[in-house]
Parts: sequence; C-alpha cells; structure tokens
Amino acid sequence: MINSSVLSQIKTIVDNGKFLTSQEDKISYSYDGTPLLEFFPDAIVKPTTTEQLSRLFKLANKERFNIVPRGSGTGLSGGSIPVENCIVVDMSGWNKILEIDQENLTAWVEPGVITEQLHKEVEKLGLFYPPDPGSMSICTIGGNVAENSGGLRGLKYGVTKNYIMGLEVVLPSGEIIQCGGKTMKDVAGYNLKDLFIGSEGTLGIFTKILLKLIPKPQTSKTMLAFFNSPIDAGKTVSAIIANKIIPATVEFLDNVTIRSVEEYAKIGLPTDIASLLLLEVDGHPNVVEDEAAKVVECCKANNSIEVRTAKTQEEALKLKAARRAALSALARAKPTTILEDITVPRSEIAVMLQKIDAISKKYNILIGTFGHAGDGNLHPTCLTDERNKEEISRVEKAYAEIFEEAVKLGGTITGEHGTGLAKRKFLHLVTGQTSIDVMRSIKKAIDPNGILNPGKVFTIS
Amino acid sequence: MKSNFTLIDPPSNDVITNCMHCGLCLPTCPTYQLTGLENSSPRGRIRLIKSVAEGKLAITEGFIEEMNFCLDCQACETACPAGVKYGSLVEAARNQIRLTERETIKEKILKRIFLRGVLSHKFQLKLVARLLYYYQNSGAEWFVQKTGILKIFSKKLNKIQHLSPRIDKVFFDEQYPEILKPEGETKYRIGFLSGCIMSVAFTKVHEDTIKVLLHHNCEIIIPKNQTCCGSLQAHNGDFDIARELAKKNIDVFLEHELDAIVMDSAGCGALMKEYGHYLKDDPVYSEKAKKLSAKVKDLSEFLFEIGLKNSDTLFNHVVSYHDACHLVHAQQVSSQPRSLIQNIPGVRYVELPEASWCCGSAGIYNVVRNEDAEKVLSRKMKNISSITPEYLVANNPGCIGQIEHGLKEQKLNVRVVHLATLLREAYGL
Repeated sequence: MINSSVLSQIKTIVDNGKFLTSQEDKISYSYDGTPLLEFFPDAIVKPTTTEQLSRLFKLANKERFNIVPRGSGTGLSGGSIPVENCIVVDMSGWNKILEIDQENLTAWVEPGVITEQLHKEVEKLGLFYPPDPGSMSICTIGGNVAENSGGLRGLKYGVTKNYIMGLEVVLPSGEIIQCGGKTMKDVAGYNLKDLFIGSEGTLGIFTKILLKLIPKPQTSKTMLAFFNSPIDAGKTVSAIIANKIIPATVEFLDNVTIRSVEEYAKIGLPTDIASLLLLEVDGHPNVVEDEAAKVVECCKANNSIEVRTAKTQEEALKLKAARRAALSALARAKPTTILEDITVPRSEIAVMLQKIDAISKKYNILIGTFGHAGDGNLHPTCLTDERNKEEISRVEKAYAEIFEEAVKLGGTITGEHGTGLAKRKFLHLVTGQTSIDVMRSIKKAIDPNGILNPGKVFTIS
Repeated sequence: MKSNFTLIDPPSNDVITNCMHCGLCLPTCPTYQLTGLENSSPRGRIRLIKSVAEGKLAITEGFIEEMNFCLDCQACETACPAGVKYGSLVEAARNQIRLTERETIKEKILKRIFLRGVLSHKFQLKLVARLLYYYQNSGAEWFVQKTGILKIFSKKLNKIQHLSPRIDKVFFDEQYPEILKPEGETKYRIGFLSGCIMSVAFTKVHEDTIKVLLHHNCEIIIPKNQTCCGSLQAHNGDFDIARELAKKNIDVFLEHELDAIVMDSAGCGALMKEYGHYLKDDPVYSEKAKKLSAKVKDLSEFLFEIGLKNSDTLFNHVVSYHDACHLVHAQQVSSQPRSLIQNIPGVRYVELPEASWCCGSAGIYNVVRNEDAEKVLSRKMKNISSITPEYLVANNPGCIGQIEHGLKEQKLNVRVVHLATLLREAYGL
C-alpha cells in the first residue's frame, strides 16, 4: 500500500488532472480485457502534462511505488492490470490528433487517440493508416504501440510497428526522450524507437507518437468463401499465397465462431458450414478485379462450397465489423472466453488447425477458432465458465499443449496481443532463457528500480 | 463472501458473468463519453454490481450515484457482441437501492410519490394533470415565468419547469369509446394502450395513431380498465409496482381476441414486451405475460408488417428520424420506421448523424438529473443542426419533449413529430 503522505504528493503533482482513490474507482480500474485477472490499484491518476508524468516517475523512484500505464483497457494479455503498490496512469484523456502532414504523409498524435477516430480523420484526406485491431472502435494508439497490435489488414500492410516513425517517451527515470522523426532514413545510433514498440508499457510512457500514413487504396473487393472442412480453408490460404497474391485480409472462422457471430450480427452467414474465409483484395481497380478472380479460383480448387462477393461497400464493412466482434460474440455460447494468439508460419495453418482440434478433444473442452489465417495468426478461444474450476484447469493444460505445438511448427505463443501477465510463463518456449536475460538487463538499464509495470512480460528478478 | 444485495430480485449472476469486459460498449455510452471514467461505463458498472454481489463492495453512495447516472439507454446492449442484458442489471440494482432504503429524500419524493402515487393511479393522475392544466392555462405559469419568481424558491425547479409536458384540455379516455371501428372492412383487431402521461399530455399523438390505424382497416379496442404500463417504475427500479400494473393490464387486454397491441410510446412498448421477463417466476401470470408480450408491437413495426396504403398526394418535405433508445436498443426496431418514412411519396429522407445516440430524456432522467441530461442533449442538437430537416420523427413522447426543448433553446426551425403525426399529415387524414 502506498502511504497517505505519498498519495497526497501524487495528488499535488497531477494538480488539475484527475486523482481517484475511492473503492468504486479502484474496482473500475482493476481489470482490462483479459479474462480471470484483476488487482486493485492504490490510486488512479489522469495526468495532463508531460511534466506531471515526469514528476510522477521521479517520485515513484524516490518513494518506491509502481506505475501501471493504461489506455482504454482493452488489452488481452493483462498488460494494464494493476500490480501491488501501484498507481494506474490513465492516458485515455490524451486524445488529440496534433498534426496531419500531407507532404510527408505523417501524423503526430497523442497516445489516447482512438484508432478508429484516426482512421476516419486521415481517410477524409484520402490517406490510410492500416493497423486495425479488433477493438479499434475504442483502443488507443498508445496501447497499440505498446502492444505492437496487428489486425485484419496485417497480411498485406503489416502491423503497428511498420507505421511508427517517431516517439516522445517519458522514461522511468522521469527523463524525456524523442526518437525517430519524419525522415524516411535514419541510422544515427541504436534504433531506440523500435525498442519501445511492443515493450508492453515496461520501458516508458508515450506522450507523442509520429505515424506513417499511406495513400488510401482506390478500391477493394470483399468476399466470403464457405467450406465443409477447416483443413480445406487452411489449404486455400496456402494456395492463394503460393499464387503470389497478397490479399489485404484473409480471416478464418470456424463453425462455433460463425454461429456466435451470426447470432449477434445477423448478416446471413450459413450456420451449418464447418468454416469460412473472409477475404479482401484492394488496390488499383484492374488489379483488384484480376486478383479477386484468382482468389475465387483458389477457393474453388480447394473445395469451397460457395463464394459470395459483397455487393456494396456497406455490406463489406458489415462483414468486417462482424468479424471484429468474433471474440466477444463467442461469449454468447459460454460466459468465459479464454483466447490465445498463437502464430505459425502460414504454410502450417492447416496442420495447426488439426492440432487444435485434437487437443480440444483430448481435454474435452469447447474451442472456437478464428483468426488472421493469412498471416498465420490464430485465436483458438476456449469457451468455458470461470466458476467451473475443474474445467479451467483442463483449459490451462490444453493451452500449454497448444503453445508447445505452435512453437514446434516454428511459430510463437503470441502474434499480436503481447505476453503481459497471461503468457509470461510460456515466454521461454519461444525466446529461450538467454533472450529473457537480455530483456531483463535492458529493463534494468532503463528502469533500475523496476517501478514501471513490473512483472509484465517477465518477472523482474 | 455474502452478497450485499437482498435475496429479492438481485441482479442476475448469469448476466454479470456473461460480460467478458472487452470494452466494446465504451464508445457507445453517453455517460462514459461525458466523464472518460471507467466507473461510468457499462463495463465499469457491471463490475461494480458484481462487486456488490460478491460482497466486496457495500451499496455505497458512489455505487448509487453510478447506477443513477446511467441513462439506461441500452446503447451498450446493441453494441455488445456477447449479448449482455445490461439494462436488466442496472434496473435490478436500482430496485436493490430502493429495497435497502438507500434512496435520497429527493428520489423518494420523486419516485414514490410521482411514479407510485400519481402515474400508477388514474384518479390521482387526472387530478394532478387537471391542476397542472389550470396552472399552465390560467396565467399563473405565464406570471411565474415572466417574473422568474420560482428562482427564489428553487433554482433547480426553475430550470426544469419547461420540461413539464403541456397538459391537454380533454384527456384521451374522455374522448374515445372503448371500441372504434374502421369505415371499410375490418382486417385487424388491435389493442391500444392509452397510458399515463400519454393520455393526459399526448392526446394528439394518440389521435393521430388512431386515425392512421383506422385508415389501415384496424378495429381498435381501448380497454376501459387498463392502467399505466409500469415502464417508468420498472426502469427506475420499482419492480413491485411495475408487476402490479403489468398484471392488471394482462387481465384486461387478454379478455379480447387481438391480432396485436400497438404502441405509440417506445418506453411503454419496451416494457410491455418484457412483461414475460418480469413475471417469469409468477405461477399465475408467467404464461399469460408471455402471451401478452408476444402481441406487443410498435406502430412502425405493425405498419411495416401490414404494409402502408398508397397515398395520392405528394408530401414534399425533408424528413429525418431520431431513434428512441427504448425502440432501437431495447426493442431493436430501427429499419422499419425509416423504411415507412422513405416510402411516403414526395419525402426526401436525410439520415441524422448518430441517430441512435440518446437525447437525454431517458424517462424522468431529464427531471432528476437535469444538468447531465442537458449535456447529453447538446450532442443531439449538434447533429440535428448539421442537417436541419423540416420534420424530425421521434416515436417516444419523452424524446419529443426533450428535443423540442433543445430546438427552442437553439432557435432551430425543425418540427419534431411522432411517426403517426407525419403519416396522418401525409395521408391528409
């Protein structure tokens, strides 16, 4: 517990910003989007200036309390779950787009800008910011950078890290640094910017972010392909890539997910099929026509029972929005949804789907799988009930096995959600112990007292 | 730990567990958008309710404040992919606050005297309405407003006095017989709820609804012994009286063979469709309630199903549509009214930006929490002024009053009408 004299110093520092300590406040900031995790912070603050943040860090080092940064709290690995002896620093109020530079195709934003808001603003100018995580209607750019978030368009356009050109960061020491900038090339010194991307709030808090924008694709075509077997869907993905077509989006949904999504969104998906692929190609109109035709061919050659094309842009948007809601929609079937985020080389998608199926049968649990099949990123989601402790323990065993299989296939335990608290005990499977030791020494160099989001990604000692 | 709720109608544990706290409700919540605080979001409130249910939080002042701050607009339910019935949780929590005697004096006066004493009894309702009519029409109101004398007694009261609905000279049930027959053949037999506030202050909307229904060959039955539907009571957490009223209505409406019970107030329709839910554990009424609920339809739903009659005249006006929360979110009715409006010959339909964002009326919210309601209203006003249509259709009396008030403040020339009024004018009935 942080003692009351320190709390009052914290209150003085945040000055005009919010300082919250009631029991109701602590409850409301004890969780994020991750299942089964919660912890009460000692206070929640909403600082309004970089200087306030810097002073908070200095006080934290002096008085040895912890700081846990938070955006909208939609993370899925526990990155913003409070820890012992901590204050939550809520950055969601920093929500201004500071500049859109049409000559350099960049945007300076504050970390609390909502991802979808940014999409809307830049698209008005014919520009495009591709990263589109499932929670883009409420997640923040700051959180996206901290988690290096992906999304539906990752296959063709990459993920958040591919669009970060510069950062202003308040370090755990309280010092403020700028890294990167508007230049397309820059090899001066170590690439510190990339160190902070995906650092899960353990190395610094962003106060300004410089984003790369690209011209908005002229047109796009969205298709749905239905399959009687998930394996055929997996093979179709490999066939499309082998045909040298890189669609913007290739999303996979299995039967359990299809049924939940249809119940929520009512978009006319057949609920009796084994799986479907949601595909989108975009770019120059001629290229789009050509690629769409080839994609349809690949689907048919791999036993697709039907391929539908969205007739209007509105229909296409509805299909993608429904897919984004997949995880939450699965909670219709069972109250607790525990999802994972394994990623395998995309040639191994069909194999991984078979492994997941076998493991769910072995442990007698219900798994709905959906994900970004095009980039090998799958979200097997276990449908369970947190009140059933016995089943939860079987779920944990099943996931341990799924992680092992993914790593064996040359994959990773998390593609876009981060390690956080939820997956840190499996991190060594992918990185090896030496890499974790290197990460620890980096953490120690930047945050010697371990005051910033300690215990996330790996344990401190 | 032991729950801090009573054993009577506690918020459902299954619904609480159904929330997987993904946060997709946050961008749709008017109160979260106002404060930016997790406590005033649907996800935060569910966690607070969960904490009380688990005995980790008492029914504190802070808890009560958050439950009452909620507009119960249920926009979060439309947004929720997991299908969490948030409204049922917050209403149950309000009922718990009442049961544990934790309301403030102000709330007690408002909710118990007004909702229980006045709205729930025809005689008292008419008496109060009659008094209010004389106040509004004798010159007393003019005197009070001109002199600003009310400010001396209560600044707050002075601010909300305009929200009082204009009382009609002749009340609805004094004008109409129990059974109305259409001129031509009878194709449908319709039950009609005259309601509480609707019957003393929105007679015009009722009249328009009846004209439109008669025009569409409906025989209309307005059971004499019917009562207030109980929606304001239930949504504000007074389940006892809501159930009492529901039972009375079930008895009087089920006496008749009806094709549908057609509603012209979204709030009433939302609750009557939920009678089955509120009485699910009642041995005598559970089945009857379900039967009644299945017959309830909003006017727009009903007309959309039977199809509008052709009109020979052109209605050359620009029309837009505001979604009443209790229609779009609670009843999931949104495409039907739009389609009806768009099909009126001559109409140029313009979609209102953020049409399904609450206007701040929210039952009695704009009276009890006027300042918050005004903030919510200002967003609606910004959207209306961006298109300034000639007509704005809203299918709920509360919304009509609230938006009219906003328009008056902003001196915007837009007519807010019920769909029935628009149709009546379009048909020239």
